[in-house]
Amino acid sequence: MNTCPENIIQYMDDYLDGDINAADEAVLKAHLESCIDCRKQYHELTKTIAFVQSASHIQAPADFVQKTMQRLPKQSQRGGVQRWLRKNPILTAAALFCILMSAALFTNFNNDQQFAFTKQENLVVEGETVVVPEGEVVTGDITVRNGDIRVEGELRGDVTIVNGKYMASSGVITGEIEEIDRAFEWLWYQIKSGVKEAASIFGGSEDTEE
Amino acid sequence: MDALVNKRIKKVLKGDQNAFAEIVELYQHQLYQICYRMLNNKHEAEDIAQEAFMRAYVNLHTFDQQRKFSTWLYRIATNLCIDRIRKKKPDYHLDAEVRGTEGLDMYSSIANDDQLPEEELMRMEVQERVQYEISRLPDKYRAAIVLKYIEELPLAEISEILDLPLGTVKTRIHRGREALRKQLSNL
Repeated sequence: MNTCPENIIQYMDDYLDGDINAADEAVLKAHLESCIDCRKQYHELTKTIAFVQSASHIQAPADFVQKTMQRLPKQSQRGGVQRWLRKNPILTAAALFCILMSAALFTNFNNDQQFAFTKQENLVVEGETVVVPEGEVVTGDITVRNGDIRVEGELRGDVTIVNGKYMASSGVITGEIEEIDRAFEWLWYQIKSGVKEAASIFGGSEDTEE
Repeated sequence: MDALVNKRIKKVLKGDQNAFAEIVELYQHQLYQICYRMLNNKHEAEDIAQEAFMRAYVNLHTFDQQRKFSTWLYRIATNLCIDRIRKKKPDYHLDAEVRGTEGLDMYSSIANDDQLPEEELMRMEVQERVQYEISRLPDKYRAAIVLKYIEELPLAEISEILDLPLGTVKTRIHRGREALRKQLSNL
């Protein structure tokens, strides 16, 4: 073998790879005819390849697919939700709208823990109680949040109390008194006043048309 | 074939896990075969082939559908096999003392350079012997030989699977082939 040209091995490999040009192939063939050692090596290599290729093709076990599927990670809840959202864009938008709206309303209600009231002339504040003093006349509606109201004088207008109390007193109120204590009622009040406003706008515009 | 597979892949990506079962169905035998030839152990081959499918499923969104799915899948599997072979090597020395008690599993716990006695080799069926000799090849030659001669893949694809230049793949096949020739010379 040592006497053989080095490129013969290279040609043999190229030939077995099916990657040899005609000129090199001719050189290889001529050499194989004259050299017993190289011929022997060539035959052994082709035999080896034949043996390896004859290794019977084995099959995966019968339950392979089933077992593989069992090993897959379960589809995550998040994935499911995301898919549902993608499939139902309109419902998603509606749901999102509802969530944001109610969130806004409730935060309004819950975070609005500060005492507040509608400013009108002649009103007196004692701690967290709004007082219409005796002998005074207050004109206009009053809304009190997170506080109480006591009327000792005269109030010409409606009273709305959110998270507070109307304390019995000797005063005169010409409008309605409304106490709102719970979130639901607050919501209802918001809707009602929204509708009233809308109605008054429509009513107003009708008026101007007339 | 590729169009069919890509259709399944799109379904899986949309969340249809059952479409993946069809992909497993298509490639199970080839993938199992690669693993078995690489690892020379049925239990391990099944384990690694399943693991390869599992990883393909989890990472499916990273697969470029312009490319060949089988190449990508085989690459995952051969990498897992090579990792397993490398991790296993030190275990052999621990196993060596109890080898006689392992009975049928004995072949699987034999190290590359740890040859069976001559008479045992002579008793083997040809196919069994070939399988055994393949499993004695160094892992880098083994992968190349299995892909070339058992899966009969083109060299370009093997180079992509093994992530090696074409020249390196050729060299590994040549050396693996030469090593096998010597090992099988008495057959």
